[in-house]
This record gives sequence, structure tokens and C-alpha cells, in this order.
Amino acid sequence: MTKLKSPSSNGAPDNELIATIEEQSAELRLLRKEVAEWRKKYDKGELRDIAFTNSEKELRPIYSPLDAAETSAEALGMPGFYPYTRGVHPTGYRGRLWTMRQFAGFGSARDTNERYKFLLAQGQTGLSVAFDFPTLMGYDSDHPRSEGEVGKCGVAISSLADMETLFDGIPLDEVSTSMTINGPAVILYCFYIAAAEKQGVDSKKLRGTIQNDILKEYMAQHAWVYPIEPALRLIVDCFEWSAEHVPQWNTISISGYHIREAGATAAQELAFTLADGFTYVERGIARGLDVDTFAPRLSFFWDIHNDFFEEIAKLRAARRIWARHMKDRYGAKDPRSLMMRFHSQTAGVTLTAQQPMNNIVRVAYQAMAAALGGTQSLHTNSMDETLALPTEESVQVALRTQQILAYETGVPNVIDPLGGSYYVETLTTELEREAEMLFKQIEEVGGVVRGLETGWLQRKIHESAARQQWEIEQHRRVIVGVNEFVTDGPALEIELLKIAEETEREQGQRMAKMRSTRDSAMVEKRLAALREVAGTSRNLMPYILDCARAYCTLYEIRAAMETVFGAYREPVFF
Amino acid sequence: MRPIRVLVAKPGLDGHDRGAKVVAAALRDAGMEVIYTGLHQTPEMIATAAIQEDVDVIGLSILSGAHMTLIPRVQDLVRAQGRDDILITGGGIIPKEDVETLERRGIGRLFGPGTPTTELIEYIKEWFATREKQEA
Repeated sequence: MTKLKSPSSNGAPDNELIATIEEQSAELRLLRKEVAEWRKKYDKGELRDIAFTNSEKELRPIYSPLDAAETSAEALGMPGFYPYTRGVHPTGYRGRLWTMRQFAGFGSARDTNERYKFLLAQGQTGLSVAFDFPTLMGYDSDHPRSEGEVGKCGVAISSLADMETLFDGIPLDEVSTSMTINGPAVILYCFYIAAAEKQGVDSKKLRGTIQNDILKEYMAQHAWVYPIEPALRLIVDCFEWSAEHVPQWNTISISGYHIREAGATAAQELAFTLADGFTYVERGIARGLDVDTFAPRLSFFWDIHNDFFEEIAKLRAARRIWARHMKDRYGAKDPRSLMMRFHSQTAGVTLTAQQPMNNIVRVAYQAMAAALGGTQSLHTNSMDETLALPTEESVQVALRTQQILAYETGVPNVIDPLGGSYYVETLTTELEREAEMLFKQIEEVGGVVRGLETGWLQRKIHESAARQQWEIEQHRRVIVGVNEFVTDGPALEIELLKIAEETEREQGQRMAKMRSTRDSAMVEKRLAALREVAGTSRNLMPYILDCARAYCTLYEIRAAMETVFGAYREPVFF
Repeated sequence: MRPIRVLVAKPGLDGHDRGAKVVAAALRDAGMEVIYTGLHQTPEMIATAAIQEDVDVIGLSILSGAHMTLIPRVQDLVRAQGRDDILITGGGIIPKEDVETLERRGIGRLFGPGTPTTELIEYIKEWFATREKQEA
């Protein structure tokens, strides 16, 4: 043990201090002995499957202060202070509860507008738009590739006209809106800004988020449009332009959700998502932007899977890693650039079609993990989502699950209540280490963009997915109601939401009407201007917004840029 | 017996390929010759690939709700080429009544979430053995 110098001014040894240190080291020796004895007696090295987390991380049967001692006090800090392990707000949920934000969208803009009004009336505090597949891919509802898909998995939005209908009667300066859109994200964002203008709302007052995270699209969710480089340029254009014009808007939601859903482990979700985040920061800096002008508006989105403590640790580790890299690697000085704010969603992939009522319970545990991990907003999945889009009744149960958690369980009453848990702190530190290891591997394959081009990242995720399927089929991983505790007899019939076939036809009619009433000379002029600027290095945002204002459609805007950018081609493998 | 040739395909705009890739790998591990189309395929692209590759089975993975449009179209295009001997099967988020409608139309089994890969391997092998017997 190192000899301590006395802090007293006269240089004489401080007997009291020495006595305290000796007492503490005696306690530590005793603890080591006790833990060693416990392990000798009870830990026979037989590993049941529960000796692993959901992500295959081996667990000790018990954790003690000896494990937690590996995490220094500086690595924890206080809530609201660097490195934000315990949360980004000094007062946690004591100050303000998380935003209950249910993702919703189906059919026409009119149908979804009604669902939003219902959700707001039920006490939901933010909106979240789910777009249909044509919109996600940048196709208009009347494009041939959209046939059969209009309004099926979300709401169909093909122009400013649809966006106006979607938020009809909902003042855009009073709600915050999240939009899950990536490939054509900036186009839908401009529709939203233009719709707000129509309501007389200045873009500086708008609050919300666009997902706009294209790297995870190539990696996992696959709703891409352009090749990687022009897609990244559009994102940096968005960062740069929004800092001035839409300063309260989250310009990106860097998402682990889809990476996890595609099969990644918790550590892979953590590392791949953060690596995406660092890539965006590097691109912003390479543009010549001061990191503190855009980093405060970067937000994150995590998947909350089944392993309760692992998920909590993942969220705590994510905040710590982000803060450290932003400060040390990218030189950010504004504390808001260091704070990871995030949305969470319970894991859709954990829901089962068998015995669907069980999903309510899964979602409740996952929601609790999200709250204990300090999420800023939360979507809880509905029990029927493996069968169809959720019904109003099942969405209500999902929202009530959050309300029970918030108002009845006492979970939000104390800030970071698991801080200091031997197990949770150890797991947090271990996940951080594993993420650092994965960052090194990504660097070795040439970074995120190169890793996507070669398919390295996609392969890692696929390998994890294949292993999980194997584990389930081997009964190494129990899924209640699927591979164990299976109920014989007919499946429980629950009412499902059906999207009317008329949606597509009616949407086509609306498009035709809109095309015939708009100023087509203006449409052509604006699209020509956009095409021209796409070939330069100028910021594209003002030109896209001008197209939106002129009622150019989603596909027209997409196609104008595609003539310059080309289309993305995926590396195909399995 | 020669190996069974399977085309695993993702029709439409749906980007969910976890299931398709896991199934493709499982069929390959079960000794089948598997071709995977990649994402965002039109029914025309799928039918053309199936005929060019001379497959026995087309496995369609679809989670977008567009199954009532896309699956019958693949079937029509394959039949138009005189290849009604190809089994069209698949899986995804497909409500029971739609599964029944499609099966009445001559589509093979459609598997839902949580199906073990062993079940569909067995189904394809049995179907293939029956077809070979009929041809013999």
C-alpha cells in the first residue's frame, strides 16, 4: 500500500487518518475473504443458462463492492453532471417525467389525424409519426412501386397537402413531433416546416425530431434512397441549416433500435450506434462546423429488450461513453454537446404472436428498465403488433402501462435509484469496455462507412440473429408461449386493425387533384433549381423547402436529387 | 436425390430481412441450394429470377401488409411462364384470414412469427418428396 502523506499543515502524521485507512483495509480484506468463501461453497462452476445475459455476457452469481470498486467515483458523477452516467438532468424525473410518446400512423393523413387527437385526449404528451413504406422509401402514393402498400404500415404522406391534413387542428407550436423517416428525411422535414408556416408558426418555435439516421438504414432497417456519401451530405446540410432556422429541433435520432431488432446484441447495439454518432460528428466537423453548434441537437434512440439489468446498464454506459468521446476526442465544450438525450421503445422483436396477452407483461418490464435507465421519452409497444398494426384498445393498454409506471410504482420518485448497485455498476463498466473493443474492430475494418460497403457490420448483426434463432430452437433460450409453456388448442382470437383497401384509391384521387390545382410552372422551376444545386456543394435545405412550399411531391423531390446522386445498391448476402 | 433449389425473396418496399436471412441460412444448412434476392424486389424481378435460376421453391418474406397484392402477382407471373410446379411459400405478418384466402388460391403454407426453422425445412422436404414421386 502507498504511504499517505498527512494533509495536516505541520507535517506531523495524522493518526486519525492512518487509523481510518487501516480500518478500511481490514474491512476490504474481510470482504475479500467472505466473497472467496461464498464462491468456494456455493459457486460450483455449473452454469445454467441464466449464467448469461441476453447478449451472452457471462455473469457471476453474485456481485460485491469488490466488483463495483472497478468503477471510479468520477465515472459516476451526479445526475446532470459529467459524465452523465446517472442521467442528463440534475433532477431526473423529480423535475419532469419522461414524455409518453406513442408511435402511430396508418391509412390516410385524415385517419391518422384522428388517432393523434385521440392520443392527445388520452393524456399523451408528444406525437410520433409512423409513415407507410412508400413514404419511407420516397415514393408517392400513386407511384407504381407503391401499389398494395399505401397506408398499410403507417400513414401515406406524399406532399405538403398531406402534411397539412395530418396536423389539421393540432397547433404545431404547442406539440413536439417525432418523425421516423430516414432516406427522404429532409423532404418530410421540409413538408412539416412548410405546414407550420401555413398555420402561421415560425420554424424557430418548432420542437421535435426527425430520425434522419441513414447509417443504421444501410446497417439494419434498409429504408434508404441515395448512396452513402450524398446521403451523409444531406444530413450535414440539415445540421448546418437547422442550427440557425429550427434551433429547437433534434436534427437526428441516432438509432440503436433497428440494429438491435435486426439481431444485434446489447453491446453491438451500443457500439454500432455510438460509432454511427461519431461518424456524423466527424462529418460535421469536416464541413467546418463548430461541434458545439450542432452536437446539442443530436439525439439517440434505444431498443429496450428483455434482459432487465443489461438494458439499464446499456443506457447508463451509452451516456458515459458519449460524454467522454465528445469531450476528449471531439473537443466539445458546451455541456449540451456532451449530454446524450434519448427516446426508447420496448423491443418489438420480443413480442410473440403466441399468447399475445403475455406481451403486456413483457412491455411493462421493458418500460420499467427504460425508466430506470433514465429515458427522456418512451414508446410502449402494443400486445397485438406481431399480428397487425395495433387497435385503439391495445394502444390504450400500452399507454396505461406507462402511466401506471409513472404514477403508481414509485419508480420515478428517486433519481437513478440503481446507482451504486454492485451489479448494475459492474455491468455498466463491462458494457463500456465491450463497446470500446468493438470501436477498435470497426476502426480496423476502415470505419463505419467502409464497414457498411463491405457488409462487415451487416454480417455481424446477421450472425447474432442466426445464433439467437439457434438458441431458441435448441431451447437454450426460453420464450414463454413459443418454445416453452406452449398452450395447446386454438390461439386466442383478438380483434385486428384492418386498413381499408379504399385508402390507396382515395389517396390516388387526392394526388391527382393536388397535381391539377398547383402552379405547375412553379413546380418545374423549383425542381430545376434543386437539381442544379445538388451538383454543387451548396446547402440543399433552402431549395428542398422551396420545393415543399410549391407542392412538389415527395417522389419529384427525391427524383430531382437522384438524377445527380444516383441510387444505393446493397451488398447482398446471407 | 438432387438438392432442392430455393429462391428466398423480399417483395415490395419492406426492409425487414432478419427473418429472410435467418431462413435462407437455415435452408442452406439443411442441404438446400439457396439464392437470396436482396431487398425491395418487384414481383417481376422475383418471377424472372425464379425461372432463370430454375428453382423448385419460392419463399416470400413479407412484413409490410402488402401480401394480398404482391403474393398473388408473383404466382400469376410464374404461372404465366408455365411453371405452376414451383411451390410458392413464405412467411411474415399475415393475418389468418388472409393466409386462408391465399392458400385457397394455391399458395403453399405461410408461416407466422415464432415458427421454428425446422418446421419449414420439413415442410419443403415433404413437398419436394411428394412432387418427385408424382413425376417418377
